[in-house]
Amino acid sequence: MAERFESVDAVQEALRRVDYLADQSTAGVVFLADRLEKPVLVEGPAGVGKTELAKAIAATTGSRLIRLQCYEGLDESKALYEWNYKKQLLRIQADREHERDWETVESDIFSEAFLLTRPLLEAIRADEPVVLLIDEVDRVEIETEALLLEVLSDFQVSVPELGTMTAVRRPIVVLTSNNTRELSEALKRRCLFLHLDYPDAEREQEIVRVRVPGIDATLADQIARVVRSIRALDLKKAPSISETIDWARTLLHLGVEKVTPDVVGGTLHVLLKYQRDIERANKELKVAEA
Amino acid sequence: MSTVEVPAPGRMLDLLSGFVHQLRAAGLPVSMTENLDAMRALEYVSLADRASFKTALAATLVKHADHEKVFNILFDVYFALQPFNFDDDEEEGVDGRGGGVPVPGMPGGGAGGEVSQEELAAMLMRAVLDPDALRRFAAAAVTRHAGMEPGRPVGGTYYLYRTLRALDLDSLLDRLMEQLVAEQGPFADELAERLAREELAARIQRLREEVEAEIRRRLVVDRGPEAMARSLRAKLPEDVEFMHASREEMVALQRAIGPLARALAARLAMRRRRHHRGQLDFRSTVRHSLAYGGVPADPRFRRPHPTKPEIMVIADISGSVASFARFTLQLVHALASQFSRVRSFVFIDGIDEVTRFFEGNADIGDAVKRINTEADVVWVDGHSDYGHAFEVFHQKWGNEVTPKTSVIILGDARNNYHASQSWVLAELRKRARHLYWIDPEPSAYWNTGDSVISDYAKYCDGVYECRNLRQLERFVEALTSSEL
Repeated sequence: MAERFESVDAVQEALRRVDYLADQSTAGVVFLADRLEKPVLVEGPAGVGKTELAKAIAATTGSRLIRLQCYEGLDESKALYEWNYKKQLLRIQADREHERDWETVESDIFSEAFLLTRPLLEAIRADEPVVLLIDEVDRVEIETEALLLEVLSDFQVSVPELGTMTAVRRPIVVLTSNNTRELSEALKRRCLFLHLDYPDAEREQEIVRVRVPGIDATLADQIARVVRSIRALDLKKAPSISETIDWARTLLHLGVEKVTPDVVGGTLHVLLKYQRDIERANKELKVAEA
Repeated sequence: MSTVEVPAPGRMLDLLSGFVHQLRAAGLPVSMTENLDAMRALEYVSLADRASFKTALAATLVKHADHEKVFNILFDVYFALQPFNFDDDEEEGVDGRGGGVPVPGMPGGGAGGEVSQEELAAMLMRAVLDPDALRRFAAAAVTRHAGMEPGRPVGGTYYLYRTLRALDLDSLLDRLMEQLVAEQGPFADELAERLAREELAARIQRLREEVEAEIRRRLVVDRGPEAMARSLRAKLPEDVEFMHASREEMVALQRAIGPLARALAARLAMRRRRHHRGQLDFRSTVRHSLAYGGVPADPRFRRPHPTKPEIMVIADISGSVASFARFTLQLVHALASQFSRVRSFVFIDGIDEVTRFFEGNADIGDAVKRINTEADVVWVDGHSDYGHAFEVFHQKWGNEVTPKTSVIILGDARNNYHASQSWVLAELRKRARHLYWIDPEPSAYWNTGDSVISDYAKYCDGVYECRNLRQLERFVEALTSSEL
């Protein structure tokens, strides 16, 4: 199978082309995922670019992104496949006149034409290169996790009526988790693990500059430092990278050249979404509330 | 600059299996598959590329964010960089006679080998922009100040302490700030000052870590990786004992408890929602069986009674167990939605209700602060007196304990030889639904010295050891799901 990336540096370079600034360990894990053909489990607080990573890999390798959004109550028929029950019924009714024997009918209605593929099976059966994103896997019940195991370790799906389908091309699989619950050992064992955290001020400044074209370097630097300062506070919800970018865009639109206490005070609600957090930041940073 | 010795393949396997062994000893669950994955991963990275090498091991062996710190320390021990041991003649230079230590901004000795604070500050400003320079600087500082001798049986903390004392990092921050003001003029506003201070603090923190790492590297050279790993045996946050946590471990615990409470709440809510089957509803089942000719094909169940327990927490907050009480209160109140009501009481020798501090959207940190300053918990001398505290509780709030209430008592039952007044617990048990005691001491110490836990234990539905976060979490989970 053709490898997608030459080296760790190549990964970093490729992701950068689609405006995703990966640090060394992120690039390293993506590289290994490609070589070892193992899924990557990305864990970390909300808004540090977990989902973005999958999108960026898809974009830079020219693959199709297939996304399975997890939620409580997700089941086989939504994740793997489902039989097209209505179509099967129609078929049986249409067959009545022909008086065919049951075996023929059965093999007829349990064929691929009646199969509705859901994200996992779709990713396995795809001919073109694919990135499979299993988003917020910590939201499904621990029993449902088992659904994923066959796909993750062997890249195959068993459909009792049809047999086992194996991946034509092994997709790159990215799972994300916000860590609201401990994932099972079985799942973790099958994955490479990547913990993404908030970036340090230097990297965040770079991210802002890449994602908000036209922003001044000093302003980006100030933005990154204020955000770092805010994250150090004890907050209900610390600002995410996307909120930093939103803030940078806001400041750019407002034509701000320098981050002053007034500016911060007036735009804090872009970064923080809870009143208590805003009050606390106001108090701690001694900025003037708008 | 990060040169790493590339070991022969056989030696690499030995090192790796030793490393995995130490990870397991530190409590990380590394399975056989993961071990094999790590070996496979190493085929694809160059061993000379230290960063990629580390990423490969971390991605395959560590599957939990909290385990990363332990991994990092052990990695440094096992796959150590060459410590910056200066050549022999330079070593002498450091001893005081102005040799040429090749460190920019670090004059080799001059007057007695002491680095002046100004030089240190200037050095640090430059060093932090350049990781290599920072490392060299840390190495020079260790050589100069730690006084390390081969084979000397003292811990790394001793050397660390000596080096950091000599560098005087605590006051360095203030001096750097002064210097900044001197160079650039006063700050425009408090925000600018805060940002500058944080930037410098981050740099100093990096230096501190580098010094620590350098000392570790030298000890590895001296003692070998196995011995080092054993002596470091860093604990995972959830295994740190409340009663013996260092300040740093306390901070880590504090950080761990928020996510833990959130995760626990999510898990419990999920379980409550899914646990929707109650007892068989006989009448309804029979009625529905008529549709199937009297066959009870469709069994009907009663909706279960929502059994959210009402909780009263009575916590000893005297010195030795204060942090334990704080974490437990924090956890219980973070889970308030899982109980129909939570009331908290704290005592030393007097007792006071502190539920109001946690009410509304109050911040947990503020609540703890207010408990320490506002709660009226001292009666005579501020030494734990469980007997008196229980008596007062019984007088004031005893009537409010109902058959719906679960009472949880937190403490080590070290009563300073006062009367135990255990009859109060007997009374409480009659009134309450359950009465539990959780004790942060290892059970081996129970009933030694002035601990009178067995006096109380006879009236409790259960006495549980809660030395660390792991045990505390298990207790709270069992409590909310009535599995105790």
